[in-house]
Amino acid sequence: MTTETHLDDLAIKTEALSRIYKIRGAKKGEMRERVALEDINLSIPRGELFGLLGPNGAGKTTLIKILTTLLSPTRGRAWVAGFDVVRESDKVRPRINMVSGGETSGYGLLTVRENLWMFAQFYGIPSRQAHQRIQTLLEMIGLADRANTKSSDLSTGLRQKMNIVRGFMTDPEVLFLDEPTLGLDVQAAREVRAFIRRWMDENPSRTILLTTHYMQEAEELCDRVAIIHEGRILACDTPDHLKQEVQHEAIFQLLVETEQPLNSLALENLPGVLRLHHQWMNGGLQLEISLAEEGVLPLVIGELERQQAHLRSLQKRQPSLEDVFVQLVGLRMEEVERERGNGYHPNTQE
Amino acid sequence: MLRSPAFRSFRMAAWLGWQIESNWTDPFLFAIYSIIKPLAAAGILVVMYRVVTQQAFDTPMFAYLYLGNAFYQYVSAVTTGVSWAVIDDREHYRTLKYIYVAPLNIPLYLFGRGVARFLTTSFAVLIIILFGVGFLKMPLALSTIQWPLLIVSLVLGTLMLGLVGLILAGITLLTARHSYYIGDAVAGALFLFTGAIFPLEVLPAYLRPIGYALPITYWLELMRRALVGRVAQAFPTFSALSDGQLLALLALMTLALGIISLVVFRWCERLARERGLIDYTSNY
Ligand SMILES: Nc1ncnc2c1ncn2[C@@H]1O[C@H](COP(=O)(O)OP(=O)(O)OP(=O)(O)O)[C@@H](O)[C@H]1O
Ligand SMILES: [Mg+2]
Repeated sequence: MTTETHLDDLAIKTEALSRIYKIRGAKKGEMRERVALEDINLSIPRGELFGLLGPNGAGKTTLIKILTTLLSPTRGRAWVAGFDVVRESDKVRPRINMVSGGETSGYGLLTVRENLWMFAQFYGIPSRQAHQRIQTLLEMIGLADRANTKSSDLSTGLRQKMNIVRGFMTDPEVLFLDEPTLGLDVQAAREVRAFIRRWMDENPSRTILLTTHYMQEAEELCDRVAIIHEGRILACDTPDHLKQEVQHEAIFQLLVETEQPLNSLALENLPGVLRLHHQWMNGGLQLEISLAEEGVLPLVIGELERQQAHLRSLQKRQPSLEDVFVQLVGLRMEEVERERGNGYHPNTQE
Repeated sequence: MLRSPAFRSFRMAAWLGWQIESNWTDPFLFAIYSIIKPLAAAGILVVMYRVVTQQAFDTPMFAYLYLGNAFYQYVSAVTTGVSWAVIDDREHYRTLKYIYVAPLNIPLYLFGRGVARFLTTSFAVLIIILFGVGFLKMPLALSTIQWPLLIVSLVLGTLMLGLVGLILAGITLLTARHSYYIGDAVAGALFLFTGAIFPLEVLPAYLRPIGYALPITYWLELMRRALVGRVAQAFPTFSALSDGQLLALLALMTLALGIISLVVFRWCERLARERGLIDYTSNY
């Protein structure tokens, strides 16, 4: 097969990878199918920090579970570090590690150091070397002073940091991070991102696949980003290239004061207005508006005046991955998540 | 060898199991839990024996049932010790997926997790037997104990129980939250069929084959023979078989069980991977 030839340079490769979950339907005995991943084709070279960006339920965790040998694919194949994740899973496992955010895992009765040391032993790392690595990583992530604390006495955020060290300490060829900053406060999330970046910079052959639903995180950290939605990859490129797709648009942020509700439809229907998003913010109404070109702006301002909305501030904004997502999906990521929260499952089939 | 995945899986799991098992803030409570409780269970049996048979404690029948009951402690302890680790790691510590991602030998990891329970149970069994000898005048003399037979039978029996535990672990992997007490349930269900407290001849003839099919029955008989040979041989069930023949039967059954349990466990693992159950938690 042609794929085997350059598999060596690839940390991760998938071919038409699909996963369907069987779930119980509303009626008794009825089984329904939910497509979590559909025809995923990815090639991630060694040395890359690759991001999977997508809203809740996009299929990010499902993909990570398949690549880490925890879940079987329904169709298609996948290779990690050159080995098939189904047929050669015992060759994959020594070469990888995985961390999921937003959960408190670990043996609470053991100290931070004991937890980590034990997992190092699971990977066959000699004890002394393990202790050294653990100490270095704990210092890097800012947990060294709690090394001898029972992990049950740690806050959720610190436990997550411990879990992150557990993933990095085995120095895997390919590391999977499933929403590593989920649930962390701003400061801790920043520290974790810096930690991830530093670890990647230390050794150019290291590879990370990271999932996130924070646009900014993907933009800031990742060499390449795949935008995933409803089990499909909609776009995959460097953040800069992705943004170039929407670069020709002019995006403005306006803060307006208005007595009566704004007729946003009238604004959206103006020629040259591509998208409009509005939300209330400390007293005013914040509008975010994408225009086909800057010249459309006077039209918008004219319409606002006609509706007796007073402009308080106006700012041109650089396009972000959020804009890319909106262009691809037609909704903002938070809107997708809100709809999911209301029981909207577009990818459920009878 | 010391760094081989098989050995480190077992060794580290045994270490972890011991940390968990001995993690009682109060050593006194730990003693109550692991010694007084089995001792009390033996006490109930003693009283029942006295009330039902009106016989003295130095009769062969008493030694038969007292020792059978004592060693039966291992059945639920070892099978639960091995299978419980699946629930504990998955539901409580939420580490099962990390264990499964690590380059470990999972069956040996689970065996390792059972070691601590084996040790605490051994201690309890020893106390129960000493109690029987000291206070109830059970006929047991150090000089007549067949040590090699005792040790070989105990090792083989523990392995056999561990393999039963592995089957239960596989079932636990698939049944999510419903199998908390699967080890105790199985031990309880088999108790009367294994000749633990009465010879198989007491059972109706159509139930006896169950007893003959269970390796536990042979193992209990071997443990009794190793400790009180003469007394045990007085009972009809296996009187036609020599110690060596019994041991060979137990070894063969353990071997067969080993193959079956590995196949069953691997099959359960495959299903668990297909259904996404390895990191399933009840309050998902
Ligand atoms: N065990 C399961 N059984 C049935 N359906 C599942 C199971 N796990 C996930 N799903 C469904 O598969 C889809 C993808 O889920 P997945 O967890 O991979 O998404 P995600 O991108 O990781 O989302 P999140 O941001 O919420 O973690 C969702 O529709 C989800 O409801
Ligand atoms: Mg997820």
